[in-house]
Amino acid sequence: MKILTGNDLKTGDVIWWTGLDWSRLVKDAADVGDQGEAILHREEAARRVNSPYIIDAEQTEDGPRPGHIKDRVRALGPTVRPDLTLKPADPDAAEWVI
Amino acid sequence: MYQYDQYDQKMVDARVEEFRDQVDRRIAGDLTEDQFKPLRLMNGLYLQLHAYMLRVAVPYGTLSSKQMRMLGHIARKYDRDYGHFTTRQNIQYNWIKLEDAPDILADLASVEMHAIQTSGNCIRNISSDQFAGATADEIADPRPWAEILRQWSSFHPEFSYLPRKFKFAVIASDTDRAAMRLHDIGIQLVHNDAGELGAKFFVGGGMGRTPMIAPEIRDFVPADELISYAEACLRVYNRYGRRDNKYKARIKILVHELGKEEYTRQVEEEFAHMKQLGLNPPVEELARISEFFQDPPFDTQASDDLDLSDPDFALWVDQNISAHKQPGYAIATISLKPRGGIPGDASSAQIDLMAELAEQYSFDELRVTHSQNIVLPHVRKSNLYAMWQKLDEAGLAPANLDLITDSIACPGLDYCSLANARSIPLAQKISERFADLGRQRELGELKLKISGCINACGHHHAGHIGILGVDRKGTENYQLLLGGSGAEDASLAKITGPGFTEDGVIDAIETVTDLYLEQREEGERFIDTYRRVGMARFKEAIYG
Repeated sequence: MKILTGNDLKTGDVIWWTGLDWSRLVKDAADVGDQGEAILHREEAARRVNSPYIIDAEQTEDGPRPGHIKDRVRALGPTVRPDLTLKPADPDAAEWVI
Repeated sequence: MYQYDQYDQKMVDARVEEFRDQVDRRIAGDLTEDQFKPLRLMNGLYLQLHAYMLRVAVPYGTLSSKQMRMLGHIARKYDRDYGHFTTRQNIQYNWIKLEDAPDILADLASVEMHAIQTSGNCIRNISSDQFAGATADEIADPRPWAEILRQWSSFHPEFSYLPRKFKFAVIASDTDRAAMRLHDIGIQLVHNDAGELGAKFFVGGGMGRTPMIAPEIRDFVPADELISYAEACLRVYNRYGRRDNKYKARIKILVHELGKEEYTRQVEEEFAHMKQLGLNPPVEELARISEFFQDPPFDTQASDDLDLSDPDFALWVDQNISAHKQPGYAIATISLKPRGGIPGDASSAQIDLMAELAEQYSFDELRVTHSQNIVLPHVRKSNLYAMWQKLDEAGLAPANLDLITDSIACPGLDYCSLANARSIPLAQKISERFADLGRQRELGELKLKISGCINACGHHHAGHIGILGVDRKGTENYQLLLGGSGAEDASLAKITGPGFTEDGVIDAIETVTDLYLEQREEGERFIDTYRRVGMARFKEAIYG
């Protein structure tokens, strides 16, 4: 599947395109199929996202899993600071990245 | 310490307001990201993996307590309660909001700090010896010269768009604590036979994908012509440095391709021309700046006696205290490398504490080291124990300076958008594997440096043991390097062979340190044994 990601213009937060809006949670990411480029240009022009790009991801039981480790780190947060990730209560969260 | 004059302050304040307007225009949609990106980078604001990252300049690594407190305040108010001290003697914040950036810069400006020229193809922060002005082994204080270079290079119209970024280091000792020869220009202050002060110039060093040790191109430039000579070096580079290929755009490539002799010939020709232009700073300005770097009012009666009856304190003194030029005083290095910790990270509370201790015990002064530690340069020996107790309570007293767990690590893939692999987890695991301080001390001086990509922010080429993280078909892989040094015996580390997994490279490090212990001769450090024994023996031990 193809999913769309970027950063929030004002906060810099990593965000994912849900099909309707942007979410901080990769599990909300929608398969954009071949519409990625069009969505990307529209959303960037509207300043709802900064520096967006399309990535490959795998659909799993827990939702989309980005294909590249860099995007998995983006999706979770720094593996060396579990308290600053999106899953601070999950001690095994970093395993998902690797 | 240098203090801003009216011009410095006006320039920095004006830049804050200019950037505030640029941010407003970006948020309002009057600027696209393509238009805005170079403007934010000129103010040290990057977009990294998780958020905007702000890199704040710490000129030649020197801070006052007031400035350090402001760094803690920024961590607390605008970031996630910590900052990361870098291998360029700067500090970075990882979780900055774009809309907060102008206020942060205004707060920095209120204590004579900024983030200007911490990115872009310009002259970056001038780095220097963290022991400047305190150590007995320097022939002069390099900081006035670093400050003159800072003023000369700030907003220099001719050098704002160089072919690539440009880094200076200035030292004044035969002991190189600043990795001087791994900079674009390394300057060592020296005396000539007549006893006059001048500078030895080394040009064309650097790390990154093409590491090189800067060759010496001139053994003596009179001190009052130092700026003209630096300008001549930059002019030749600006004219002929490659702009068509960013990977070949650093001055090291130009010096290498032209050859040291031809590059030097062109610099000398330019220098002869420059000398006619009268561009050197007036003598009065040199004197004015030097006045800011006079010795603090040391107590000349201070005692050299130290009570070492507390064994933990005694270990810390033995490992982290360096000789001071003034009897009765010491240079104290605070290691930001606790067991399992993140090299260079400090919480706002720790930053505040270090500021307080500097105010109380070190004439209000701190230094950031390129090894991602903090130095209190002027501590009276009789105050060391009280200071150490406060550091220890705050987790700031690891007695591991220059040992294997005092590793350098770049932010790596946990934070950096350029990285291919994570570097911090390796540093953490190595600090756990080698946690026994007795074992570390048995290994002695061992510079371990870890980079998460070929850009080498973790200085892996200069590590006695270096680690380079690479992307191998989407998986993190680590190459092991041996034999580098950023010190006065500068050398470039060589790759041992095929890469390893994270755990595999730590095992390999254990193998090479075991071999060192087995092979070393009296007084040899790891690097000495490696140089004597050679790579082949180490490769054999690692790969069989």
